[in-house]
This record gives sequence, C-alpha cells and structure tokens, in this order.
Amino acid sequence: MDYFIELLFSGLTRGSIYALIALGYTMVYGIIGLINFAHGEIYMIGAFTSFIVATVLSIYGFPLLAIVVIAGVAAAIWSSAYGYTIEKIAYKPLRHAPRLSPLISAIGMSIFLQNYVLLAQTSDFLPFPELIPDFDFMEPVAHIVGSSDLVILITTTIVMLILTFVIKFTRIGKAMRATAQDRTMAMLVGINVNNIISATFIIGSALAAIGGLLIASHIGQINFYIGFIAGIKAFTAAVLGGIGSIPGAVLGSLILGLTESFATGYVSSDYEDVFAFSLLVLILIFKPSGLLGKAETQKV
Amino acid sequence: MKLNMNRKLFSTAACLLIAVSVPALVLAEGDTIKFGVAGAHSGDLASYGLPTVNAAQLVIEKVNAAGGVNGKMVELLVEDDVCKPEVATNTATKLVSDGVDVVLGHICSGATKAALPIYKNAGVLVMSPSATNPELTQSGDYPNFFRTIAPDDAQAQVDVEFALNKLNYTKIAVVHDKGDYGKGFAEFAKKFLEESGKAEVVLFEGVTPGAVDYSAIVQKIKRSGAQAVMFGGYHPEASKIISMMKKKRLKVDFISDDGVKDNTFIKVAGEDAEGAYASGPKDTTANPLSIEAVAAHKAKFNADPGAFFENAYSATLAMLNAIEKADTTELEAVKKALQTEKVDTPVGNIYFDENGDAIGVGFSVYQVKDGAFVEL
Repeated sequence: MDYFIELLFSGLTRGSIYALIALGYTMVYGIIGLINFAHGEIYMIGAFTSFIVATVLSIYGFPLLAIVVIAGVAAAIWSSAYGYTIEKIAYKPLRHAPRLSPLISAIGMSIFLQNYVLLAQTSDFLPFPELIPDFDFMEPVAHIVGSSDLVILITTTIVMLILTFVIKFTRIGKAMRATAQDRTMAMLVGINVNNIISATFIIGSALAAIGGLLIASHIGQINFYIGFIAGIKAFTAAVLGGIGSIPGAVLGSLILGLTESFATGYVSSDYEDVFAFSLLVLILIFKPSGLLGKAETQKV
Repeated sequence: MKLNMNRKLFSTAACLLIAVSVPALVLAEGDTIKFGVAGAHSGDLASYGLPTVNAAQLVIEKVNAAGGVNGKMVELLVEDDVCKPEVATNTATKLVSDGVDVVLGHICSGATKAALPIYKNAGVLVMSPSATNPELTQSGDYPNFFRTIAPDDAQAQVDVEFALNKLNYTKIAVVHDKGDYGKGFAEFAKKFLEESGKAEVVLFEGVTPGAVDYSAIVQKIKRSGAQAVMFGGYHPEASKIISMMKKKRLKVDFISDDGVKDNTFIKVAGEDAEGAYASGPKDTTANPLSIEAVAAHKAKFNADPGAFFENAYSATLAMLNAIEKADTTELEAVKKALQTEKVDTPVGNIYFDENGDAIGVGFSVYQVKDGAFVEL
C-alpha cells in the first residue's frame, strides 16, 4: 500500500509538471487552432531566465523568497515577450494561410530558439539552484512527497482554477471564447482579435516560464534541449485530455503522469513510453477529440 | 644485341642492389627478430593505426641502439589492413610468409578476429594495442592473442568487483539509460554479478533519458531493497537520479561508469554527488615512462602522439621484454614470460593473465570526495 501511495504521488508530480506546460499548448490551440511547437522552447527560456536572475540575486545575498519571486516575475515577463514576438513574427503573417503553414513555421521557431540558446548560452548542462527549500513540516513524508513536489502540485491546481475563472467570468475571457468560436464575428462585434490572440500567447508563455522555474528547480539541471522532450510529453497530454480544453489539459497530464509512474512501478520503466502512448492511441480511437475535447464540426 | 646487353646489365644490377640492400638493412642476416606491425595505415581509420607504427619505431630504434634483444637486432615489418577483415587475412598471410616472429596489431577488433587464425596456425604471437572486443581473449579460441587495452566489459568487471569485494554488497539494482553504451555496461554488470554468486541483481531497468522526473524509478529501487545502484549511462541522468534519491531520503550507494566520471556530474549534482563511485581509465599522465614516450614522439615526429600510442608502446616493450626473458621467439616460451614477468610500461607495471588480457591496465574506481574525483 505504501508503494502504491509513493507511485501515486510520483505520478501526480509528473502529471502536474506536464500540466504546467500543456496549459499553454491548449490555450493557443483553443483560440487560433494552432499547435505552437515553440511552446516547449518558451518553457526552456523561462528556465534559463530564472537561472540567470536567481544566480545574480544570490550573489547579492537576497533572501530565498525574494529570489524566487523576482526570478519568477522576470522569467514570466521575459518569456511573455518571446511568446508575443513569436506570434507577431511567425504566426500572424500566416493567419490566412493553409493550416500547415503556421505549423511548419512553429517547428522552425522551435529549432531556431533551441539553437539560439545553444549558441548564446552553452551546450553544457547547468546546475539549477534549489529554489524550493526542504520544508521542515514535510520531513515526515519527504520519502513519499517532497517539498518541490508539493509546490508544483499546488501551483498547478491554483493556475488551473484561476485560468478557468478568467475564461468563464471576465471580459477578456468572454472575448477569448468569442474569438475561439468565430473570429470574423468577434471582429464584427468590436472585439480586437489581434489583442486577444496576443494576450493568449502572453498568458501561456508566462505560465510556461513559471513552470520552467519550478520544474528546473525540481530536476536541478537545465540545458537548451529540455524544452523539446518536456514539450512533446505535454503536447501528448494536451491531446489526450482534448486539446483546446483547460481542464482537459490538466486531466490528460495527470493521466499520462500516473500511467507512466504505475507502468514504471509495476511493470518496467523500459515500457513507460509504450504504456503512455498505447493509452493515447486507445483514447483517440474511442474519443478522437480527447477526453474533454469538443468534437469539431466541419464548417461548410 | 645492344638492347639485350642493356637489359641483362640492368637486371644484374637490380639483383645486386637487392642482394646488397637486404643484408644492409638487417645487419646480421638470418639472425634478427622480425617484428610485424599490422593495422590501418591508410583509409579513413588510419589515425587509429599510424600512432602504433610510430610507437613500434621509437621502441625498436631505442632497443637496437642499445644492442638489440639478447644481441639480436629487431627488424620492423609494417603491413596495412585498412581495418577491413577481408584485407586483414591477406595482411596476416603476407607477414607470416615473410617469417615474422611476433605481430603488434591488429587495430580494429573485426580485422583482428579475421587475422588471428592465420597467426595461430603459424604459431605467431599477436598483441593488439586497441582491439577491445571481449570475445577475442575470453573465448579461448586464440591462445596466441594478447592485448594492452582493457576489453569493453572491463569497466563493468572493475565496478562489480569493487561492489562485491570492497563494499560487500549482496543486493544491487542495475539501471541504465537504454543507450548502446549504458545498456552494454549494464548487461555486462548484470552478467558478472550473477556469475559471481555473491550478490543478487534485484532490479534491472532502463530509464528514459531526458524525462522530467525520476521519482517512480527511485521508489522502485527503494522497494527492491538494493544496497547500491549500478548505473550505466551518462552524467545528466546520473545526476538527476542521485539527486532524486537524496530527495526521497533513500540511502543507497551509487556506482557508475566512465560516462559519469565527468566534472559536470559533480558540478550539476553538487553535494548530492558526494560519496558516489565511478570507474574511469587509470591515470597515466604522472608515469615517467609515459612522459618519456610522449616526449620521444614529439622529438622525432614533431607532433603529439595519437590514439592508442601508449598502449602500442607498452605492447612493444612487453613483447620484446618477454622475448629477452625467454631467450627465444618460440610461442609457448614467450607466452609464459608474458604471463610471469612484470614489465614497466607507459600504461603501468603490467603482466598478462591466461586469457591474454593485461593485468594492471584499464580502469580504476574513483569516488567523489569534497567535490572532486579521487582514485581509490
């Protein structure tokens, strides 16, 4: 039973990590129907920014909490700037092009950003400072769920709740939903569609940056390639849950994380990806638009 | 007629030239030690083979200048095999028909394997500076084969012996990163652990490189009751796993390979790396013979020596030393001398086991102490 609980928390942690990244994928897809493959790189840039800021601040002897807050805010702003710029440069000019064109543009952006960080920073692995300390009250259960696991779990939950609230109950959320439903009609009723799309990219990128800080602190190392692998898994989770749906992204991420964790624990970690992707195939066969996704009707 | 005369003159001259030049090279006709060097001396793998030729030249010049081996001069015969098995058989036949006494080579494992039966039938001793395929010595098919490089499975052997005999573990988890290098190491480690009968492999699994979280595998290691984790792979995964073990308050030792014996491992894992073990090649840079050999190479060829130079230099020294001690080039006597007489070489003070692997060459276990790898 202990073993089951250990694996459960390990799966929940993994799932929450995927969810922090998957939320960005699903938001962008929900609004403009584009799979933003550069999203994993935004997460990586967030991790690098918080690494640089945290290193500088710790040299000046700032307290840990201040370092976390300042590094998080700086990473969120910097990553948002990247997200905003990428949309303006790589996606906006292709908004009326066939659907494949922005997709290819997104893959190009992803490769560009990876190599940019490789050249501008380093190809080495860098030690990421432990920004989440071990809390004393967690010590009795530290062998099951660590402090960074707890922080990630709580952050993911809060972020999901806030996002759902924003989209359901605020003006900008209403405008986002309108844009997602019918862009032309939204423009006709006076919604500035360009601003709404930019806002979506900014929010998604800021989330990825916070994810970058938390996840890098959990793993303890970063390099230019971390965004790619994490991005692929998060994308899988978003598809599993129904891409375009916010609760779906979180649900899909948790299912993926738990599947991997239990597959490792009870079968073999050699097969964790086999189980994860078999599950994806199975769900897509029976629910082609994902667990919580809406079936897309072809407009004629 | 005039033409005929000329031709006759020319051929006589040529015959004379050859007749004169051969003894001139050999000095005392029929009384030299013929030392063959075979390997890739041209083609895309030439950079692996040419340093061996240089090493043999340097040693033989030195030995001949000092009066040879038991009064006999050493003669160098160099043949190219381009690292191709089909060429290597021809190379071997050529050397054997030239009456070679011992052969330094071949360079590539595949070529060596192809050539060995020919030398075996002729009773010629062969010593490779670079062929690492474990089968070459361990199969027992080639009693005439020796080498001065550790076989591919040596790291796993060193780690396993260390874990069993120094640390006295009885339960070990073997984890790898699913790659060629890591999985190969892990499979050898598993094999040696099982063969030893002293320890149980309680877990054998591969992890996915680059994954965001390794807590599930760490929990599995904990549940397996392992006293140590033996990891095959590179430092990024190693540092993630070792940090996660500390986070989950799991106190088991960590033993790994050359891919982890990298300063980045210590830099990234920080304090979590303290006490971890990793195997790596023995440090030879402080060996005076190694310094001397490299200096001699620089003086003669005006360049830094290349791949396997020290292994080749050591092999040449070992073979000539054995011939000197045995006072013959007869295979059995030389073999016995190789297995009993220790010799000082750039790779250390070595002799050979019954399979033909050098003892004293290869890997040591290092431990992280105060942020640096210390040889144990």
